[in-house]
Amino acid sequence: MSATLVKHAKPTLATCALTGCFGCHMSLLDIDERILELVDLVDLDVSPFDDKKAFDRPVDVGFIEGGCSNEYNVRELREFRKHCRILVSVGACAINGGVPAMRNTISLRDCLDAVYLHGVSLQGDGVIPNDEDLPLLLDRVYPSHEVVKIDYFLPGCPPSGDALWEGLKALLIGNKPDLPYLLCKYE
Amino acid sequence: MSDLHVDLERTSPGPRKIVIDPVTRVEGHGKVTIRLNEAGEVEQARFHVVEFRGFERFIQGRMYWEVPVIVQRLCGICPVSHHLCAAKAMDIVAGVDKITPTAEKMRRLMHYGQVLQSNAVNFFHLASPDLLLGFESPVAQRNIIGVIEAFPEVGKWAIMIRKFGQLVIAATGGRRIHPRLCIPGGVNQNLAVENRDALRADVDQIIQWCCEALELHKRFVSAHHTLHETFASFPSNYMSLVGPDGAMELYDGTLRAIDAAGAPIFEGVSPQAYRDYLIEEVRPWSYMKFPHIRSLGREDGWYRVGPLAQINCCAFIGTPIAEMARKDFMAQGGGGLVHATLAFHWARVISMIHCAETIKQLLFDNDLQGTDLVVTGQRRPEGVAIVEAPRGTLLHHYQVDHNDQVTMANLIVSTTNNNEAMNRSVTKVAIDDLTGHEITEGLLNHIEVAIRAYDPCLSCATHALGDMPLVVTLEDADGAVIATKVKQ
Ligand code: SF4
Repeated sequence: MSATLVKHAKPTLATCALTGCFGCHMSLLDIDERILELVDLVDLDVSPFDDKKAFDRPVDVGFIEGGCSNEYNVRELREFRKHCRILVSVGACAINGGVPAMRNTISLRDCLDAVYLHGVSLQGDGVIPNDEDLPLLLDRVYPSHEVVKIDYFLPGCPPSGDALWEGLKALLIGNKPDLPYLLCKYE
Repeated sequence: MSDLHVDLERTSPGPRKIVIDPVTRVEGHGKVTIRLNEAGEVEQARFHVVEFRGFERFIQGRMYWEVPVIVQRLCGICPVSHHLCAAKAMDIVAGVDKITPTAEKMRRLMHYGQVLQSNAVNFFHLASPDLLLGFESPVAQRNIIGVIEAFPEVGKWAIMIRKFGQLVIAATGGRRIHPRLCIPGGVNQNLAVENRDALRADVDQIIQWCCEALELHKRFVSAHHTLHETFASFPSNYMSLVGPDGAMELYDGTLRAIDAAGAPIFEGVSPQAYRDYLIEEVRPWSYMKFPHIRSLGREDGWYRVGPLAQINCCAFIGTPIAEMARKDFMAQGGGGLVHATLAFHWARVISMIHCAETIKQLLFDNDLQGTDLVVTGQRRPEGVAIVEAPRGTLLHHYQVDHNDQVTMANLIVSTTNNNEAMNRSVTKVAIDDLTGHEITEGLLNHIEVAIRAYDPCLSCATHALGDMPLVVTLEDADGAVIATKVKQ
């Protein structure tokens, strides 16, 4: 596959789901009928919503859902930083680790033991998964901005569809997003 | 392979390993590895879930009433299922065996809204590009935007049916994603009349659109009859909740498991007794566990859950249009069960109709405006609950100490129940479709089509996962990587 740079007519958006719950991606669908406007407005690049799995061109805006809990997350986040002009941390997990970061108060070993060795419905003694086809887990869950530079933060768990829509539109038009309080207050 | 690039150009004879990473158009992170021998035959195919979160551990120490709002952050597609399942377990912990009619119906309304919208997301947003545009259609179009452009009508159903489900959730729980309705022993609000009336105004149209989606899907099945029957398919056991009369039941009931011939393996099993019937195995190559039915052992005891299991396990569906659709569906099985893996989608659309019909019934039930919301009882140390989530049987089990803090949590989430079956479907497609062929991007998508039929939700599935990409890697006999193809 040659990486010829197409000059695209529309601005481009890439999204990724790191260690989150996919709720921030679902919230993007909560713009409802405006999905049709979104389709007119941007070209979707790398995203779990499509089958494009790697970058082959620069992208205008990258939305990051989730923090980093394993080496795959870190790699993907770095790929996003490399290819996206503007990177936005979307939601509590990307911004501060969110609920998955509740494990940061406990050692990783302790978490793995509880799930794979001491689960109450386990057969036999259990085993902690360790195959080479699994990513290495990180000692704790890291917010995105501790791994790469992030340009904007959009809070919420998840941010509402309206907040995502207004934020994205402003970025695509080239404005600094300035969302009204009600759109970005954390409930 | 960790590289997010695919190089399919390089093919070489001899043993190789194919890696698909990440699997896309599913929720969460997964990867597929396929090992081929000298002769190019599939030796091993695995679907790995590559994320770990550790909810069972870090929920320990939290107050039990916090759990329903924390644990729903396992999954943003079906947060309501986790919210409800945790709440039902905590009802028991709170000493409440029966909640008020208003509380139960509010929860049911929210649940049916959830199952409707989640099934719509899988069917329309994630899977329909394969079905409508073709398994091997160009990557650039093979997504919901491609579907919206080629089939505007389907795009409209996708948006509007999902929106309606989300509005039901918001009307019952204050927001569309991660709503708050349940507290141990009941709910915190009833249904406002304005919300009820707004939903009433739209519900008939939603039922109509679900029925049109069913007709469209049946046309796909007629046009691809053999593919539909055989793709990634095999006979299996099934498990789901059913009501006391054998009716399809999504919110509450007892467990029923049947074998491939339809004969019961167990029935009437209460959630509290789950450990007498189910057991989980850990395999070192996936963060997702492998449950099976204890009495049958690990070789024969695996089963499938989800819409196909719900429809195979029930005696009937309690709403008229969905029941007609069920009879029509079961006719494929010629008196037996339906085992086709792609039939998960057909069953999923019938489930959507059933949900929309049930929502309509509930919207005309005045109990939803009742004011008796919470029941209290004598605290207990333990609670187990099961709901049928969109992806199948979901179980939460907690122990709580005298300080009201959680001391033990065990979750068997829907997708985990399908772990063995997804692996078998991946293996079957690898053997049927890849053997002896030059591996192309389109062929690799066949593997993902099989996975998508199960609508896996990998974030919940390891209680620990997040994302799920698909990578295909080729290795030689010594395990050296010849080529990695990440679908792009
Ligand atoms: S911020 Fe909330 S909605 Fe978004 S991924 Fe994290 S838990 Fe899910």
